[in-house]
Amino acid sequence: MTTASEPMADAPREPARRHATPRPAPALRGDRLAAIARGEAVPTETHRELAGERAILEVDGFNLWYGTKQALHDIHLDVPFGKVTALVGPSGCGKSTLLRSVNRLNDLLDTVRITGDMRLDGASIYHPSVDVIQLRKRMGMVFQKPNPFPMSIYENVVYSLRIDGVRDRRVLDEVCERSLQAAAFWDEAKDRLKESALGLSGGQQQRLCIARAIAAEPDVLLMDEPCSALDPIATGKIEDLIDALKGEYTVLIVTHNMQQASRTSDYTAFMYLGRLVEYGPTEAIFTRPHLAETNDYITGRFG
Amino acid sequence: MSSDPVRIAAAPVRTAPGGWRRRVKQRSTLHAHGEPMLWLTGGALGLALFMIAGLLVLVVWQGIFTFWPGALVEVTARSGERCLGEVVRRERYTPEPGAVDALAPDEAAAARRELEAHRGQLGRRLIRIGNFDITGEHFRWLEDFRVAAETRPAWAVLVERTSWGRCYGIPRAFRVDGEVVAETPEAVWEKYRELHGAARARRARRKALESGDIGRINHALEQARLGLRKVELESGRHSAAWAAAEPRFLQEQEAAAQAFARVQEEIHTIERENARYQIVCDTYHRGQIVPATVMLGDIVRAFAPNRLSFVAKLGVYVSRWREFLCDEPREANSEGGVWPAIFGTAVMTLIMCLVVVPFGVLAALYLREYARAGFIVSAVRIAVNNLAGVPSIVFGVFGLGFFCYIIGASIDQLLFAARLPNPTYGNGGVLWASLTLALLTLPVVIVATEEALAAVPNSMREGSYACGAAKWQTVRRIVLPRAMPGIMTGMILAMARGAGEVAPLMLVGAAKVAPDLPLDGIFPYLHPERKFMHLGFHIYDLGFQSQNSEAARPMVFTTTLLLIAIVAALNLFAIWLRARLRRKFVTGQF
Ligand SMILES: Nc1ncnc2c1ncn2[C@@H]1O[C@H](COP(=O)(O)OP(=O)(O)O)[C@@H](O)[C@H]1O
Ligand SMILES: [Mg+2]
Repeated sequence: MTTASEPMADAPREPARRHATPRPAPALRGDRLAAIARGEAVPTETHRELAGERAILEVDGFNLWYGTKQALHDIHLDVPFGKVTALVGPSGCGKSTLLRSVNRLNDLLDTVRITGDMRLDGASIYHPSVDVIQLRKRMGMVFQKPNPFPMSIYENVVYSLRIDGVRDRRVLDEVCERSLQAAAFWDEAKDRLKESALGLSGGQQQRLCIARAIAAEPDVLLMDEPCSALDPIATGKIEDLIDALKGEYTVLIVTHNMQQASRTSDYTAFMYLGRLVEYGPTEAIFTRPHLAETNDYITGRFG
Repeated sequence: MSSDPVRIAAAPVRTAPGGWRRRVKQRSTLHAHGEPMLWLTGGALGLALFMIAGLLVLVVWQGIFTFWPGALVEVTARSGERCLGEVVRRERYTPEPGAVDALAPDEAAAARRELEAHRGQLGRRLIRIGNFDITGEHFRWLEDFRVAAETRPAWAVLVERTSWGRCYGIPRAFRVDGEVVAETPEAVWEKYRELHGAARARRARRKALESGDIGRINHALEQARLGLRKVELESGRHSAAWAAAEPRFLQEQEAAAQAFARVQEEIHTIERENARYQIVCDTYHRGQIVPATVMLGDIVRAFAPNRLSFVAKLGVYVSRWREFLCDEPREANSEGGVWPAIFGTAVMTLIMCLVVVPFGVLAALYLREYARAGFIVSAVRIAVNNLAGVPSIVFGVFGLGFFCYIIGASIDQLLFAARLPNPTYGNGGVLWASLTLALLTLPVVIVATEEALAAVPNSMREGSYACGAAKWQTVRRIVLPRAMPGIMTGMILAMARGAGEVAPLMLVGAAKVAPDLPLDGIFPYLHPERKFMHLGFHIYDLGFQSQNSEAARPMVFTTTLLLIAIVAALNLFAIWLRARLRRKFVTGQF
């Protein structure tokens, strides 16, 4: 695992072109994806509206390699505070990798190397002096497949408090109820808090995981395709839930369901083969994207 | 498995574009059906099952009837000689040529008739005649042609004694202080019923005095002697400390001698009292009726099998099982119970588990959760697996050399110097046996635990890390509980392997007779340095080391049955525990 301070010889060092990117030159139109596929560096098309937002998470020239294979190329992305930001793109484009880099879950893999940095509230995430455990406590994560722990529903929700050594029953009870209510799961779960979480249905398990992720009141909530393993009804409930969380939490959500992105998110980022192609307000991305490639992907003409 | 030939024949013949027609034979070959493979594989499985079932049936069948009271027969030979006893076994044999001619005329005639009837073979029976004190033998073979008559006398009784084995006879007299108070079998029996309970209680009291009180006195005396020896080792024989300690020791020695004399006196009183009551039975020896005198206090159990109803026999059967399970062995292990062996086996298995499970789980945790996968980890894993294949006697030798002679001897030097040259820990003992077996079963636990850890989904670990948990918190709260059923499986396997192992124990502490249990009322209560009895070793001892091997034979099977039952019970318990844990992690209540 390399750290942010280590220079990468072969890392493309494009000057950051953010917020003020002019409309692309006609020559580039239609060729961007092909250029990316050839391995060329292509600047991100970032919409002007983002300049007006306060960014809580800043990704700054981030590169990531799995062994020798580069999975993320020079990502520049500012996630606005209190908004829902969706990451879309064809599978294998690096959405999960980017998300897992935010809370440094990729540290667990021996083969991963990175350059560049991310900042949470202005503080570096990848600086050598950062305490990863403290960092992760400021973020919650919901995974693609629900992964409740082998314990009771109650213990699942208060897990992050338990590991911090909280023993006070009143505090735990209160956090449990608040988190389950925020995750729209309280009414179903309140009579079976002592039952094993593994006996729940998929949708219930995922809402439990959301409750677990928000129990410690994180600054950022990371969600990696939280609905892909669920049926439409459960998906609807989770989407309503994300809507309800808006404003209170900053949410970074990966999805490859376009309707879901357009319904739930404020901003959308389109990724392709490890690069961020276009990033702007959801409404703009879905109705009048700056790039034809984005339009093609959004309307389902490829990918 | 049997495909339908009609359907095959009726299948349409496909024509390939090139005009090539696939020919479908009327019947496919047997080989194509795969039936020979089915027979082969199924047969192999069946054979394996048959052998296992056969083993179990043999052990259960032989073991279960050992304690059933059989009928007593009185056999009169053509020579006029009589004997009384229990027929244990019958068999047929081919006599040596000329052997029949050497017999007495009437026996020879009977033998020839039998030879003709049974195609050149003769029958013989093994009779347990007991009365070793009179006859000098426990069993006697008797050929069928010698038998003139066979009866089942109603009043033939079987007396199980604390020494000299069994006595078979017909009660003739009950003596109190040398005077005959009853002369018919009924009257003798009446007296026996009346007085045996008290005699048995006295015997129990005497045993308690011998093992309890005398043990405590000896222990105190030994402590005093060790105290003095310590002073001698520390300050020498001519020091002031020695001069102060010696009178104290002599005083304690005196006190111990007095206490000992008191206990001895009580024992003598009991013995005198017990010697007052005697039963005289008629038995046969060399064609004559010989009286056999049995002291009432020596009688463990006496009954007349030929008079007993089924229910009464069942009572004897149950009481013998009870004795077997709860009492100490008598008569060089061939009679009495195996309680010390059961206890020793259980204690040893328990200590082994207490050592091997935490140790193995920690090792597996390091290999699977902490170590970086690579060449060294693979090498270690292979080495651990190979450890499982090392012959168990090798572990025994290692245990003897390392635990007893190196560690044990060092402990003795440091802590028990006063007792040297008598070893305390520097010899086989239940602790060293447990540690040796722990080493032997370590690979089992490590492999099972590693598998269980590998089966914990990575998504759970990631979920925990994402919540801000540290590595150890994740392992303790998520990984270990989830892997617990698998770890239990490892423990079950280790227990089953360890409880049945004998070879290494012979080197590191199992004993033929170990009167003191590793756990008793004398401080410090647990005595891990003591030798202990073990069921597996007990079986070996019964089967191959016993003087009265014919009498020990059924006990071999009974003890084997018990060992199997104990291992099965341990396994069932662990399986139940595992099922409970598993339920807990899938649906049930917490
Ligand atoms: N643990 C890993 N080791 C090696 N390559 C990986 C690993 N995880 C993901 N990748 C590769 O990185 C690329 C991005 O993967 P991912 O982030 O999972 O894509 P997405 O979530 O957008 O579908 C893919 O090409 C994938 O093969
Ligand atoms: Mg993904």
